[in-house]
Amino acid sequence: MTALPFLLLIAAVMAGYVINRMAAGAIRDRGDRLHSLIGYHGMFSALLILVPVLTFILLWLVLQGPVIDRMVMGGLPDGALDDLDSGATQLVLAEIKSLANGRVFGTPEDWKIAAGERFVQLSNQAAWLLAIAVAVLAVGLLAFARSRVAAEFRARQGVEGIVSGLMIFCSTVAIFTTIGIIVSLTYETIRFLEAVPLTDFLFGTNWEPQIPLREDQVAAEGAFGWLPVIVGTIVITIVALLVAVPIGLFSAIYLNEFAPRRLRSAVKPVLEILAGVPTVVYGFFAILVVAPAIRSFGQSIGIDVAPNTALAAGGVMGIMLIPFISSFADDALSAVPRALRDGALGLGSTRGEMMTTVLFPAALPGIVGGVLLAVSRAIGETMIVVMAAGLIAKMTFNPLDSVTTVTVQIVTLLIGDTSFDNPKTLAAFALGMMLFIVTLIINIFALRIVRKYREAYD
Amino acid sequence: MTDIANVPGGPQRASTTDLVAASLKRRHRKQQRLQWIGMGAISIAFLMLFILVSSLVSTGWQAFTQTHVTFDVYVDPEEIPEDRLPRGGFDDALAASLGKMLPGVDMSDRKTARAVEGILSNGAQFELRDRVVADPGLIGRTIQMTVPVSDPFDQLNKGLIARDTPEENRRVTNTEIQWFDDLQDAGAISKPFNWALFTNADSRFPELAGLKGALVGSFWALLTCFLIAFPLGIGSAIYLEEFAPKNKLSDFIEVNINNLAAVPSVVFGLLALAVFIGWFGLPRSAPFVGGLTLALMTMPTIIIATRAALKAVPPSIREAALGLGASKQQVVFQHVLPLAMPGVLTGTIIGLAQALGETAPLLLIGMNAFITSAASSPFDSATALPTQIFIWADSPERGFVSRTSAAILVLLGFLVMMNMVAIYLRQKFERKW
Amino acid sequence: MNDMSTIERGAKLSETKVSARGVNVHYGDTHAIKDVNVDISNNNVTAFIGPSGCGKSTFLRCLNRMNDTIDICRVDGAIQLDGQDIYDKRVDPVQLRARVGMVFQKPNPFPKSIYDNVAYGPKIHGLAKSKSDMDDIVERALRRGAIWDEVKDRLHSTGTGLSGGQQQRLCIARAVATEPEVLLMDEPCSALDPIATAQVEELIDELRENFTVVIVTHSMQQAARVSQKTAFFHLGELVEFGETGQIFTKPEDPRTESYITGRIG
Repeated sequence: MTALPFLLLIAAVMAGYVINRMAAGAIRDRGDRLHSLIGYHGMFSALLILVPVLTFILLWLVLQGPVIDRMVMGGLPDGALDDLDSGATQLVLAEIKSLANGRVFGTPEDWKIAAGERFVQLSNQAAWLLAIAVAVLAVGLLAFARSRVAAEFRARQGVEGIVSGLMIFCSTVAIFTTIGIIVSLTYETIRFLEAVPLTDFLFGTNWEPQIPLREDQVAAEGAFGWLPVIVGTIVITIVALLVAVPIGLFSAIYLNEFAPRRLRSAVKPVLEILAGVPTVVYGFFAILVVAPAIRSFGQSIGIDVAPNTALAAGGVMGIMLIPFISSFADDALSAVPRALRDGALGLGSTRGEMMTTVLFPAALPGIVGGVLLAVSRAIGETMIVVMAAGLIAKMTFNPLDSVTTVTVQIVTLLIGDTSFDNPKTLAAFALGMMLFIVTLIINIFALRIVRKYREAYD
Repeated sequence: MTDIANVPGGPQRASTTDLVAASLKRRHRKQQRLQWIGMGAISIAFLMLFILVSSLVSTGWQAFTQTHVTFDVYVDPEEIPEDRLPRGGFDDALAASLGKMLPGVDMSDRKTARAVEGILSNGAQFELRDRVVADPGLIGRTIQMTVPVSDPFDQLNKGLIARDTPEENRRVTNTEIQWFDDLQDAGAISKPFNWALFTNADSRFPELAGLKGALVGSFWALLTCFLIAFPLGIGSAIYLEEFAPKNKLSDFIEVNINNLAAVPSVVFGLLALAVFIGWFGLPRSAPFVGGLTLALMTMPTIIIATRAALKAVPPSIREAALGLGASKQQVVFQHVLPLAMPGVLTGTIIGLAQALGETAPLLLIGMNAFITSAASSPFDSATALPTQIFIWADSPERGFVSRTSAAILVLLGFLVMMNMVAIYLRQKFERKW
Repeated sequence: MNDMSTIERGAKLSETKVSARGVNVHYGDTHAIKDVNVDISNNNVTAFIGPSGCGKSTFLRCLNRMNDTIDICRVDGAIQLDGQDIYDKRVDPVQLRARVGMVFQKPNPFPKSIYDNVAYGPKIHGLAKSKSDMDDIVERALRRGAIWDEVKDRLHSTGTGLSGGQQQRLCIARAVATEPEVLLMDEPCSALDPIATAQVEELIDELRENFTVVIVTHSMQQAARVSQKTAFFHLGELVEFGETGQIFTKPEDPRTESYITGRIG
């Protein structure tokens, strides 16, 4: 059933191409000079049908689901959904849908069965309606395109106009993505701030998002001060940078100036492998190897170490960032003009002195930009900390303690929960908003430094 | 010019050479030290990679085999009456038959019978059920079956449970070890390649859990991602590189794309959750939504790679074609784009490889559900390879540790393959202008 | 006093500072310098001229082993500084370059302050015993570079902010700050405008007092103006070497004549 509109579309596109091409061919055979090649007449018709109809079908399919859901839920008998929160309403809907698909569990109420049937009926009607609409639209466009065929018709310009429009649309997707991120985060954050005052969120030192699920449940009120979460993020980021920056920088210095060419060409791909390892693998590495190693080392020298220390998560994140920093530093060092190297060597400096006194200072802006990008990566990195860092927010700067991060909280708050109407899930969006703002500022700043630096030596 | 200090060959000159000579040893030592530190840094990075890979291989390789037990099963009509199919006491029939292989076991004792049954994987009874349902004529006959053993015995066979640990700290009792040794002596134990790792979907039981669901889910997600990100990315790159007027808007788009490439992946997950699932009402846990999200993340990579590839095509080719009277679009689509295609494909494959390993956004849209069958369309619930790794890494059962490592090795295998294709393309079509 | 120094200079003119025997340079498969023999004498200016790509810069870079920094470059033959082979294994290129300074085609001040640029060499070689010692060295070098008056009030502003001609004189000051014996200049005026060029040429003539100067130039007029001796290179060979006046008025080799009259370019 879903395939039918697409089949109709393909048929119409092909028909449009063939019909217009033949019509243009007929004009040419009569001896008139065509402005455009006959292929362009065909393409014009095909594109004229393809673009609007495909857009129509996709929009329809996206909107069809929610509309039918709403109609089904609206048609339920009065009182069926009373005193159900949104999560329970979702469950009812899911049950109705599985009934509609013929999967029966237990003995459902009659009104649910009726709703299921109604769901099937509406879905079928929608499918037919779509097919008819597509057919009408396609035929109309086909006729319109055919009517345009004439000797002087600029089909090539028409085709190129449509292609240009498509390309411009493609370019704006990036903008729409950004807008989508900003709008969705802002919207959910505002809803969150309706429940939790902004000052509590920004300056509160207590993060306990476990709010009661039922009214009568005895539980903590729920506290949403993000300071301990951001403190944890900072601790882990610092640990990661303490690992990544020295190792990455010294690797880059060695590779850029001292390594024999053979070694350099062997080492760089290996570092790229480190960069290509998915972060979920690093996360597993942290819990499988690094955390136990740190723990047993701590025990051997008599220090009590938490099982999910900031040290393990941050250290592994540092390993992940090594290739990032080293390749940025290597690029920055390579961008320093040869004239400066020659100048330093010509004055009789050793290569080591040339590196530390001329090359490295000259490359510093580029390197700083790279380190800043690494910071933003560390702050936004998710899987390593979700797997290896803690869940409890603590105001501590001790790397041997267990801390939590912004990303960990986002993931744990949202895993397995679908309703968007309690502060707990909305808090995740508020945290996401903060994460987005912080990383965006760092990124813009870093990219600007890097760009300025490149221009300085171009 | 009568300044003494300026006269060449004066005392100053001699001392310069001496001063330099005196400092040389120290300075070269300093340079040597810098080199040693550099080599040390690289060695640490290599060591980390080595530990990472070796720890994965050493824990993961054993998941590629699975201990099986082969024995004769009497399909007891009392336990499995034909009229009750597909229900029946398949587990009891299996346990009774297995008990016969073990000398001195009293199967009438319920506790012992339970323990004997525990040797077999929970999946064994379903295997028997499927065979009997397919051919009810088997009832009352004795058939030979090879079924997986349960996780503790698998671990025991692979030497992951040390026999010399005290019994109370061990997951298998002394009696159970004795049974297993008896089976081994009888030649009933085998350890073939673990095909189930690729043909089974997820399961609560480590010995039955496989990656099929995750592989299928990742396939659908990547396919969706490719179908969306590839045309959008190329279209956008061509426009920005070849057609866009240099104005504030195209500058803004460019800055936008660069920043988008650096937005944390979890934020894309939030976007997908709020917009695709919350507002558009697309299904949760569906690879289609995952692919859509990954497409948004992959697009900047493809755009940047495509623009670089287009830039590398020399202007002489454009001028030659324009000079022949081709329109600007004809030049780009007929001449420039085909020449840039290897670079575009390389960038796309690298982008897809990144997408394949991406985990956090998939977690947020619920692709970490426990799903025991493979998705048949991109709209069904599914997991993906990286989220499956996350689920297994979170599982408390010992057996899942090596499964997780094995799943990671499979994932890394795919990534290596994709990167090799990219490198091959780059080298094969690399052109020197 | 003045007479004395004239006599001294005259005596030193005959002294050979750098001598090259049978020098061959290969860049990978390219034979860039073919069997060059040359004697460069003390305290005057020697110019290397020739069409571009003739190897004059390559040869110049052999004289302080700057070619060592290029992996594919191989130098054979003997080059002696004060009678000592500079390609001897025991010779440290770092020490050699302290004695044989170099000024490059494009002004290349470090992105540091003017003071730090000039102090760079003395600092790494440990030539200054104290801060005031270093101040003296910097001032003297900048005076010798004929740029002191222009920069004395902004010693701590960045060297890259100067004009092209000032930058090049700064680079010369930087090179002389380490008190080298020989100063190599690789087309030092090619990136400068005529006024800056005139200033630098005047400076080169003054430097002759204290240093043995070797200059590569593509401008015959410049060679004629600043040098006492001229060597003409063509296709990697040293075609003719002699007194500048003689090379430009009575060249012995027909190729030299063709070049200075503008037929080889």
